[in-house]
Amino acid sequence: MIKILKYSFFDLIRSKWSLIYFLFYLAVTFGLLYMSSDSSKAFLSLSNIVLLITPLTGTLFGALYYYNSKEFNELLLALPIRRSAIFIGRYLGLSLSLSLSFLAGVCIPFLFYGFQKAIGPGGFALFLMTGVMLTLIFSAISFLIALKNDNTIKGFGICLLVWLFLSILFDGIFLILLVYFERYPLDKLALALTLLNPIDLSRIIMTLQMDISALLGYTGAVFRRFFGSASGIIYASLALMFWIAVPVWLILIISRRKDF
Amino acid sequence: MIEVSGLHKSFGRNTVLKGIDLVLPAGNVTAVLGPNGSGKTTLLKSILGMVLPDKGDIRVLGRSIHHQWEYRQAIGYLPQIARFPENLTVQELIRMVMDLRRQRADEGPLLALFDLEHFLKKRLRYLSGGTRQKINVMLAFLFDHQIMILDEPTAGLDPLAVLHLKELIRNERQKGKTICLTTHILPLVDDIADRVVYLLEGNVYFEGTIGQLKEKYKGGNTESAIGRMLQPEKYD
Repeated sequence: MIKILKYSFFDLIRSKWSLIYFLFYLAVTFGLLYMSSDSSKAFLSLSNIVLLITPLTGTLFGALYYYNSKEFNELLLALPIRRSAIFIGRYLGLSLSLSLSFLAGVCIPFLFYGFQKAIGPGGFALFLMTGVMLTLIFSAISFLIALKNDNTIKGFGICLLVWLFLSILFDGIFLILLVYFERYPLDKLALALTLLNPIDLSRIIMTLQMDISALLGYTGAVFRRFFGSASGIIYASLALMFWIAVPVWLILIISRRKDF
Repeated sequence: MIEVSGLHKSFGRNTVLKGIDLVLPAGNVTAVLGPNGSGKTTLLKSILGMVLPDKGDIRVLGRSIHHQWEYRQAIGYLPQIARFPENLTVQELIRMVMDLRRQRADEGPLLALFDLEHFLKKRLRYLSGGTRQKINVMLAFLFDHQIMILDEPTAGLDPLAVLHLKELIRNERQKGKTICLTTHILPLVDDIADRVVYLLEGNVYFEGTIGQLKEKYKGGNTESAIGRMLQPEKYD
């Protein structure tokens, strides 16, 4: 598995898309830090961009990479290697190269400007971790969808729908539920629903550690009241890990039974 | 040697293999023939463990391959379409395959044979389809495998490369290896194959040596014998 990971990673890190992704974060982070006088505002804008773009790139690259390398998968499958090693290795190669583009793109500008008082090194590390987790989650989900659907158009369609649902529609549905059932105690329902959306969980982690109450939103506030800031972050992070583990486990199961 | 017994495979409602029984003996080149969709590639992929059979058993070198993967150490495979990681160079690809197989080999003679030396430092995305296919052939013949599985081996190759390929196949047969190939080019079968398996709608329609095929259907070559086998009224 490590060998497959290594070669997938080296292949991907040299592709122009990894470079574009890296340059995108580099430009955005530099731009935000340069233009805003208030570093906490810059950081907040960056968080919002990460919450939108990281899942989208994970989704698109995951499916694109799988469909693009279908025939290469066949070559690997004919070698004396376990199926699980092939697919987990390829998935990790993909998500690590994406994570590296993200990390390098965001970290380099911050090295120039320093952490500033808004976040501090601990908060910054947590922010980076959340971005990496989102990458791991969404590339796993789209890799899984692509593995399950041999039809490229259908696979891409489902991937984009999942992203659209989790990053945009989910909030709307959530809000409608809250308004519709406003007479009932909704804390626990809200908590449960939040666990169902990795993007929401990431948002909560980022806002909890920045400690900006105004931006916590309803679910963030519920989270803080239930767990407090520190353990709220821990519980949300655990839930994110669960979000990585489940698709990876399904990749294992499906790859074991699939005909290629 | 490869033994296939009672092999069934369906994809959804489409039944592709309907109980295949076959023996591919060592030291022979067996050509698996049949019209498009007759199950040739599915059969080869089942032997490689890429397609998982619904029923039946496949034994490679005397051992069942069900849920196994180590046996592929003994198999060299030439897939129909050659696609590799685009951003690796040819040299890196060769190292990768050696690394993944945990086997060393000297690629020099094959690189020279197919005139590939000056592509070593080039990334695979910049190579033409024919050059990629040559690399594909080179990778399949690089190691000393007991069994060779070749899916449409001549597709996309120039005439000189086809000559070299035939030479390679003959050499491997001399060494007593089991070679199995699919093709639609019947003169190639006359040229290098010892045995023919003809698949039709998921069943083995004919299995035997080329001599038996010609004798049974009274054809001067494989092409006319198969013509008579499939449409006797037209060729009689």
